[in-house]
Amino acid sequence: MAGYVVLLHEPADAFTGLAPGQMQEIIQKYQRWSRKLRQSGHLLDGRKLKDGEGRNLVRRQGQIVTDGPFSETREVIGGFFLIQADGYDKAQELLSDCPHLDHGRIEIREIDEVG
Amino acid sequence: MTGTGSDGGVGELVENLFRRQYGRMVARLVRILGPRHLSLAEEVVQEALMAALQNWPFRGVPRRPEAWLVQVARNRALDALRRHQSFRRKQEEVRHQLEEFAALATDGFEEVEERVADEQLRMMFLCCQPGLSPASSVALILKTVCGFGVSEIARALLSRPEAVAQRLVRAKRSLRTREVRFEMPAPGEIEPRLELVLAALYSMFTEGYWPQEGDRVIRGDVLREAVRLTSALAASQATARPSTHALLALMLFLSARIPARLEPSGELQLLADQDRRLWDRHTLLRAFAHFEKSISGGRQTSYHLQAAIAALHASAADYASTDWESILRLYDQLLEAQPSPIVRLNRCVALSFVEGPDRALACLKPLEAEPSLRRYHLLPAAQGALCLELGDAGRAARYYREALERPCSRAERRFLRSRLRECEAVRKDRKNRVVSPPGPA
Repeated sequence: MAGYVVLLHEPADAFTGLAPGQMQEIIQKYQRWSRKLRQSGHLLDGRKLKDGEGRNLVRRQGQIVTDGPFSETREVIGGFFLIQADGYDKAQELLSDCPHLDHGRIEIREIDEVG
Repeated sequence: MTGTGSDGGVGELVENLFRRQYGRMVARLVRILGPRHLSLAEEVVQEALMAALQNWPFRGVPRRPEAWLVQVARNRALDALRRHQSFRRKQEEVRHQLEEFAALATDGFEEVEERVADEQLRMMFLCCQPGLSPASSVALILKTVCGFGVSEIARALLSRPEAVAQRLVRAKRSLRTREVRFEMPAPGEIEPRLELVLAALYSMFTEGYWPQEGDRVIRGDVLREAVRLTSALAASQATARPSTHALLALMLFLSARIPARLEPSGELQLLADQDRRLWDRHTLLRAFAHFEKSISGGRQTSYHLQAAIAALHASAADYASTDWESILRLYDQLLEAQPSPIVRLNRCVALSFVEGPDRALACLKPLEAEPSLRRYHLLPAAQGALCLELGDAGRAARYYREALERPCSRAERRFLRSRLRECEAVRKDRKNRVVSPPGPA
């Protein structure tokens, strides 16, 4: 089993203007999906990231400075999951019915345990 | 804050929680912040639900979702308090009440239902300020009290979403400029506003009983919430008018049928085919009690007539032995009070029992030209049922196919498809009969 970081990207306005009933329905879809993966032991953790671009550090002329924020960024990372699976194909299969695909894109990166 | 590691995925979301909490939290915040700040109250609650939408998919639903939402709403309201100039004098008082609201939710105290109901009644009447158009008031109630979205309101009011959105903005702007208190209107001012409140609750119940979209035959929690709010009106002396009792009776008569309206598989079962032993006796008794109270007034509203029709159905042993002549007369009166194509359509169903399916089909024909029914699936569905009754399965099938081309919920689509299969089975059966004559019945 390998570990994977699953980054959920979405347009900044992906969830604006929803009615209360619609919001609840979306949560329930994620809940059904994550419960299934938790029970099968594939889903290890999930975290929401704070809104906003965060900070980008770069070194310019020997000085550490923060770059950005990039206000032109129309896409944000809402949060991430940690999963484990036997290879990329299996990981992709596990994410293929993730409801996030209705709202944005999913990036899967394998954690390099060997180094 | 909320959502520690052990909290992942333990909570459950009860059906309709977000809508219900929206209405409750908005009413409480309007009470605390004042009616001028209705928009702010709505923003704060929307932000709290949004925070849940962004957090819960990752960490799971917290153990007590309501308390979580109230905490976030309190934090956002406190932020707003710091920003807004207009609170400066009352700031301490408002802060104190916000803390009390949050503490009540966190300590797991059950909210006092009377207090919640009282706030929601005030909120509904607040939405019916003189000067607002009736459609704006109804839209505002559906939005702020019932937690409906703009497109749901548009469907309920047969309007366009953009038009509804504009109405809501104007209505809230007009509330901002007035000095309104969060109190029930004076007794003399109740009646005209009550009419609008009842209209909104009727729309809410309708959306629960005949959902226009989605997968379910009924949305139980939406209609139960409508019944709960109407019951609160009927229990409060100021608002317990004959029309209130009539609407509540109508809702209860229809609610009593729900166990029979759903087949065990969860599919739709029409009144004609329902097993009446499954009707909820207790709810029927309540319905009859409120129906009796509704007759005390001189005025006969459309709720009275609809409740009377439902009462006749409730009194009949089965569909065939229903007092269709009385029901037809009631529909005639209803048509006078409310000359809508949908009432005419329903009247034709009663007519088919009194004067036969032929006559009813002939009366339905001119309705095909009605612009508001051109996309309405129940017209061809009714025509199909009548043709099937006349033994014309081919024509019936054509009507059901037509109905299936019009917008309706997935549950109704499944129902129409099963009727269509029935038509096809009848035709096949008949073809077979030519080959092998039927045995003794």
